[in-house]
Amino acid sequence: MSEALVNKIIPFSNVDGPGNRTAVFLQGCNLNCLYCHNPETINICNNCGKCVTGCPADALEISNGRVIWDSDKCINCDTCIKVCPNSSTPKVKKYSVKEVMKIILEYKNFISGITFSGGECTLNHQFIVEVFKEVHKYGLTCFVDTNGFLDFENLPELVKNTDKFMLDIKAWDSSEHIKLTGKDNNIIKKNLEYLIKLDKIYEIRTVVVPEILDNENSVVNVSEILSGTEIQYKLIKFRKNGVRLNLINVDMATDSYMEKLKNRAIEIGVKKVVIT
Amino acid sequence: MEKILDIIKDEHLTFEQRVYSLARAAENMVDVLHLDDKIKKWMDKDIICDLAEGNAPYKPRYVVPDYQKFMEQGSQFLELSKPKDIWEAVNNLLILYKHVPSVTMVPVYLGNIDTLLEPFVKDEKEDVAKEAIKLFLNHIDKTITDSFCHADIGPLETKAGKLILEVSKELQNPIPNITIKYDKDKTSEKFAIQSIKTALAVAKPSFANDEIFRKDFNGDYAIASCYNGLYIGGGSYTLVRGKLSKLALEAKSKEDFFDNLLPEFVDRITRFMDKKTNFIVEESAFFKSNFLVKEGLVSRDKFTGMFGIVGLAECVNELLSLENSNDRFGHSKKADKLGEEIIKKLSELVNEHTNRYCEISNGHYLLHAQVGIDSDSGDSPGCRIPIGEEPDIYEHIVQSAPFHKYFPSGIGDIFKFDEMAKRNPKAILDIINGGFKTGLRYFSLYEDCADVIRITGYLVKKSEMNKLDKGVAVLRDTTVLGQGGRDNSGVLNRKLRGKDEYENGSKNV
Repeated sequence: MSEALVNKIIPFSNVDGPGNRTAVFLQGCNLNCLYCHNPETINICNNCGKCVTGCPADALEISNGRVIWDSDKCINCDTCIKVCPNSSTPKVKKYSVKEVMKIILEYKNFISGITFSGGECTLNHQFIVEVFKEVHKYGLTCFVDTNGFLDFENLPELVKNTDKFMLDIKAWDSSEHIKLTGKDNNIIKKNLEYLIKLDKIYEIRTVVVPEILDNENSVVNVSEILSGTEIQYKLIKFRKNGVRLNLINVDMATDSYMEKLKNRAIEIGVKKVVIT
Repeated sequence: MEKILDIIKDEHLTFEQRVYSLARAAENMVDVLHLDDKIKKWMDKDIICDLAEGNAPYKPRYVVPDYQKFMEQGSQFLELSKPKDIWEAVNNLLILYKHVPSVTMVPVYLGNIDTLLEPFVKDEKEDVAKEAIKLFLNHIDKTITDSFCHADIGPLETKAGKLILEVSKELQNPIPNITIKYDKDKTSEKFAIQSIKTALAVAKPSFANDEIFRKDFNGDYAIASCYNGLYIGGGSYTLVRGKLSKLALEAKSKEDFFDNLLPEFVDRITRFMDKKTNFIVEESAFFKSNFLVKEGLVSRDKFTGMFGIVGLAECVNELLSLENSNDRFGHSKKADKLGEEIIKKLSELVNEHTNRYCEISNGHYLLHAQVGIDSDSGDSPGCRIPIGEEPDIYEHIVQSAPFHKYFPSGIGDIFKFDEMAKRNPKAILDIINGGFKTGLRYFSLYEDCADVIRITGYLVKKSEMNKLDKGVAVLRDTTVLGQGGRDNSGVLNRKLRGKDEYENGSKNV
């Protein structure tokens, strides 16, 4: 049975897909976006121990060369995350499929389904598939929130067991995408076409960042693809909370600019556009 | 006499409020109940409250007419015949409302207004029906100026029901209070979602667990006043409440509380209720001469009485402190278990008592988790967790659900949601479905930034409270109660659902 490193589980979330959902955030990501708002989820802890001495609650210790986190002592001040030089966190817990299911089942009467997020949850696709197979037995829906960097044509089990994906299109232009994330976006675009064909997409998201990105170009290209489908297009205003300000320090888009992009998407034929 | 003059001179009262206050003052000059010293002593100690029913009850506290019958037969006394179209239908109802008494002097129950109007809505063009319903609801808000006035809708989706929700959102009126009788298997998801969207805009409707209520009332039922389950065509003679919070202060030990105080509490309150009930039935004229009785819109044998309690949380905490325990109600299994033991024992004791005029409820008074009154301070409503100590919503629901089965005539919790909830109303429906499956009887919600909000069981406009703060007389007499709830019980500080529970999930991808 698989295991995965879990950053956190939010029992009730109304922003991770339709209805009330239990959201499971897995640790580790294969992109490194300038605007990442939870950069501590990017890397797996390498046990350097720098966070241990700084912990004011004495909730961290090194044992057998590994950083151990005591969740009972932790006061959630996030000092460990602030001092981590590795974009990671000691506050993760390894869960088996059975352990995750125990938590989900506690909430099953109160939710429409579950959503895996991250980090990049598809890095643990085998774990996700095993959980989804269990969750489906209870009539709940299974969603994946992904950056789409892995080629989904090579992950048929994941695609088959996921009801809907929520996919980020961070930038349309390839060089812009490399500048923003460190990686090319050709696979992501391929996944977009592939998942649309299978009717497996619930929502596409694009974060709007003034100055740095050609937001209009991305919105127009995505809208042309979404035109006429039932897929929701979510335009997210870049926010500074949690981001590494040494990497990115620009102002938020204005409401009127967001409205303009929204109207552009609607003109092109996207049925549902939301701004957040 | 000085009190009378004070009322006459009070610049904060509207004309109607002045007349009601004068009537109350007059009633309180006579003594017909002849309460014994034991009851009076506990009234002085604030353990027993008569909730403004007055010294000489001359009408039942809650009157729940069978409006369906009225729609079918009209009224001889009011010289009204059966309505032929939507205009006659709303006009007939508005006329009848002026003649339905209650403790607040105005009706606390307006009927299942969607099913009452649906036959007429069907015959009309939609814009005509909407106009009629808009005038109807606005007329109610401006003339029945008390938000204990309550209308029901559901469980089935109807054209009338959808229009009522649509218009309620547009009008932004606090009156009437509205409940949707909700059953996942009967109510369409679309109608339920529209109800949630409306509730996020105007704090109504609340959701009643139709399945549980139908079982408890052997069929159809009314939700009146705050959230009170009652028999249609009947009502409640009286509601006397006891403060468990204050009773616990008398206890020498937990055993003393269970063995001596609780039985004494039930004995004194039920005797008080008997005095009121018997007086209304045997002495006062209501059941002998009122046209509602004569025309069969209410009948005496469908009335019962309500035994109300408040302050379970404080009671539990007090009893635990006698044992040097710091456990708190809502946050410890031990405390919650003690809370349920108290309510179970209370329920058994109340059900040992009978009154011959409560045939409909097998001779027993119905338990009611009262929501508190404006002057309460340090007594949490019914079995609620105190404001400021609420756990996350899942824990909150699971903690409170076990109490709901004991209170057929009303119990419920209120959840204040963050603005983000508007984007995903289905998330709230999921929570309601889960809650009802867990045994919740009643669920109220509102949105933090809305003007119309729920205080305890009734609705108030924040903007009207602000006017009253400045000393300006306002239309609705419940606004002053809201002000008291705000100032004495901190109802504006109710835990915000959304920030903690959802915000962590929102991100820059």
